[in-house]
Amino acid sequence: MSARIGVITFPGTLDDGDAARAVRYADAEAVPLWHADENLHDVDAVVVPGGFSYGDYLRAGVIARFAPVMTPVIEAARAGMPVLGICNGFQILCEAGLLPGAMIRNQGLHFICRDQWLRVENTGTAWTSRYEQGAEILIPMKNIDGCYVAEQSTLDELEAEGRVVFRYVGGNPNGSRNDIAGIRSENGRVVGLMPHPEHAIDALTGPSDDGLGMFYSAVDALIKA
Amino acid sequence: MARVVVDVMPKPEILDPQGQAALGAAGRLGFTGIKEIRQGKHFEIEVDDTVDDATLEKIAEGFLANPVIEQWTITRVDA
Repeated sequence: MSARIGVITFPGTLDDGDAARAVRYADAEAVPLWHADENLHDVDAVVVPGGFSYGDYLRAGVIARFAPVMTPVIEAARAGMPVLGICNGFQILCEAGLLPGAMIRNQGLHFICRDQWLRVENTGTAWTSRYEQGAEILIPMKNIDGCYVAEQSTLDELEAEGRVVFRYVGGNPNGSRNDIAGIRSENGRVVGLMPHPEHAIDALTGPSDDGLGMFYSAVDALIKA
Repeated sequence: MARVVVDVMPKPEILDPQGQAALGAAGRLGFTGIKEIRQGKHFEIEVDDTVDDATLEKIAEGFLANPVIEQWTITRVDA
């Protein structure tokens, strides 16, 4: 039986289609989850995709964080379920307290849409085990609120514990502290990143297939579990 | 009924790119003497008598503001 990976759709989510496609490319079953769902339909992992949930009103991710579906997601994540937050999904996981820090408006105020090199800094997570430590991957980024910030003590802790998972390579695009593009939870089951691995799973439709490893990693983690 | 104002501002140590852009634009428009601009949010909330200060604090801290990046003040305008 293949792994069941849920993909959440909030009003304003944009990348649920590509996230579900990436899940299928990794030979898992993509299970649609709706913002109003109060249970997770027996999924084994969850992807919180990108977009502009609730129009990013108030703050990016904050209204989605209070959607009914997030209650079981937060509960399951704390119990060890693999959860990946991409772009707006990363913002939602930060607002939900599953990952530390927050995203603010990009330094320079531009909406940045381009293919971006990242370095994989930590392979000890449910979403990065398929990568080699230090590997450089090319995946798209497209956001305006992508500048990662956190208290200095939080940044020190993330660095000391190897919880920075992805770092921007070739210049910092948006002012993110310590060039951080993605981080993980203490137990390595929850990962969030601003760029979009689900758009880089096939050279026909993306700049590379470098993003596919994240979805394969999750499938591996679920088989081992 | 009461009117409550919640002002949310980026913490002083947090970069405020929008405030910085406004500051730069003000200079280009010829306004002199402006040292700093920081941009925040201003909420006007009508509440009934069941909403106490502790609840307002919760609304501000957990919802209207993100304590990681923002600070806030709560003011009852007319009690």
